[in-house]
Amino acid sequence: MAVIVSVKNLTRVFDVSKPWLNRVLERLPKRKLTAVSDVSFEIEENTVYALVGESGSGKSTIGKMIVGLLPPSEGTVEIEGVNLATETDADTIERVRSDIQMIFQDPYASLNPRWKVGDIIEEPAVANGDDTDGLAEKLLEQVGLSASDVRKFPHEFSGGQRQRICVARALASEPNLIVCDEPTSALDVSVQAQVLNLMSDLKDSFGLTYLFISHDLTVIQHMADRIGVLYLGRLVEEAAPADLFGVPQHPYTQMLLEAAPRMDGFGREVEPPEGEIPDPINPPTGCAFHPRCPLAIDRCSKERPQLEVKSNARVACFRAGERAI
Amino acid sequence: MTEPVLSVRDLVVEIPTRHGLLKPVDGVSYDIARGEILGVVGESGAGKSMTGNAVIGLLDRPARIGEGEIYLNGTRIDNLSLHELRRYRGKQIGMVFQDPLTSLNPLLPIGDQLTETIQEHLGVSNSEAHNRAVAALDEVGIPAAKERIGSYPHEFSGGMRQRVVIALALCAEPSLVIADEPTTALDVSVQAQIIALLKRLCRERGMAVMLVTHDMGVIAETADRVAVMYAGKLAELGPVREVIGAPRHPYTDGLMGSTPLASKGKKRLHQIPGNMPRLGQLPTGCAFHPRCPYTQPKCKEDPGPRLKTCDGRAACWFPLDEPQATKGVA
Repeated sequence: MAVIVSVKNLTRVFDVSKPWLNRVLERLPKRKLTAVSDVSFEIEENTVYALVGESGSGKSTIGKMIVGLLPPSEGTVEIEGVNLATETDADTIERVRSDIQMIFQDPYASLNPRWKVGDIIEEPAVANGDDTDGLAEKLLEQVGLSASDVRKFPHEFSGGQRQRICVARALASEPNLIVCDEPTSALDVSVQAQVLNLMSDLKDSFGLTYLFISHDLTVIQHMADRIGVLYLGRLVEEAAPADLFGVPQHPYTQMLLEAAPRMDGFGREVEPPEGEIPDPINPPTGCAFHPRCPLAIDRCSKERPQLEVKSNARVACFRAGERAI
Repeated sequence: MTEPVLSVRDLVVEIPTRHGLLKPVDGVSYDIARGEILGVVGESGAGKSMTGNAVIGLLDRPARIGEGEIYLNGTRIDNLSLHELRRYRGKQIGMVFQDPLTSLNPLLPIGDQLTETIQEHLGVSNSEAHNRAVAALDEVGIPAAKERIGSYPHEFSGGMRQRVVIALALCAEPSLVIADEPTTALDVSVQAQIIALLKRLCRERGMAVMLVTHDMGVIAETADRVAVMYAGKLAELGPVREVIGAPRHPYTDGLMGSTPLASKGKKRLHQIPGNMPRLGQLPTGCAFHPRCPYTQPKCKEDPGPRLKTCDGRAACWFPLDEPQATKGVA
């Protein structure tokens, strides 16, 4: 299968220093926050690649760098073989850009309240100079709303319906790749089921590729063909859902799966994981997970494990595959 | 069974509007016993938070308690004046809100907020209040509680802040704690820590806990009994194993089925058609009938049966599995 997105050694550093004058007066050094460091992965056509991690793990930053909302500090993002940051041919840039769309987490904040739904949905097509005659009506019906909704405003819709409008807008420019940043986190379970089913159907009928960003392991397990687990800006494990949920290799993945609540876990006594995600401005030396890791050895605090292929997965751990429990 | 800590009888919360009286909570009855965790689940707008707020007397005007009674340890508390209610709030009922940042005062060190509550309710000396505050922080697992008592809320992480909020809710040793989505804003690993903490405190102190959440997994692991709410009414109430394992109400069944956990391996998730009706536009009969796969003519005319006692399971004319299981439903 063709690779549609190829991410190589992607790194993003944010400058979180205090303002210039404060730094001079208080003699403070510059402070850098490494949100994403050295992340590489590939997404194949017509598959769902999921990024999962806790807050501060850099999953949204990666999503934004892939669609081009943020420039990478280092590394490259190639979409359909084109690196948008260095490409100079305007036609190629335009063609590739119109192939990428994004769906955001909050359907209340991502629709302009003063625009009619029809205008919102047509905007990407208008920007491309495409024909918009009847487009909004057609898309609304495809996402399960009625064609007469084009004249309504976003406030007339519920959260789930708004997220459908966001999906319709993302489809307007006929993209190949849709980056979904927590598309169902703001929705109730029954509405979430509707939106996830819709997204699966559209993937099959339009041959879409999704980069699916979420913190919800159950949603990821349902949707993904391949999962990347992030911890403090680094990819710690990458595997297919069956392998990741069946035999998690990295101790962080094991901890995450263990801590996630289960529907059949009546009265289950979870030994809660120790500690919290460390400060990304001063990350621990060596493996960033070692202060919380039950398997940590001396080597973990000195040396950083590289992502290595282990059976069907890629894992960054010296003791990959061993279980603490 | 001994007397329940909290007993809610036919609670109706109403909001007068220009378009008539809306009832976000309509005829809800339940008990919570000592040391028991009651989970309240439902979608947004089902009235779960409203029920909790009514119990602690935090309904915002114009919402008000229209009918029904609320008893705390045998004393009726729904008709108390604001002044009398202050003695109960914080002292007998503790509350943990969803967002740990907005439920703490950003301008006061956490120690001041704790000692204020302790002195208000327990009337102890300054130094005693200080010691109790340190002990409370210690109990919820804040490392180096003695040093951190002078810290401000922004100096804590989200999980630690939620621990402070729990310490604040528990420092006057209430007999009932209402936790309204206590882990929704937190990460999975921190959520597991907070849930374990709540369970431990509930067991050690014999508190009654009302846990409001929309996360079925959290409910399954934490609660002893579950109340499922739909459009302001209780749809189903029963022991957690039975409600989640073998739902009787078609709504509970649909809700459980639509979680990705339950549809393991299936390509499509089960989905309930349509949306929850708005309060002003509730259908006649059972509020769930337009979305229910088992609707019969009776459902469209007669309002759904009310759960009268805590033994009744599902508020449905035709509950799933055992059609004859209508005991306790009037």
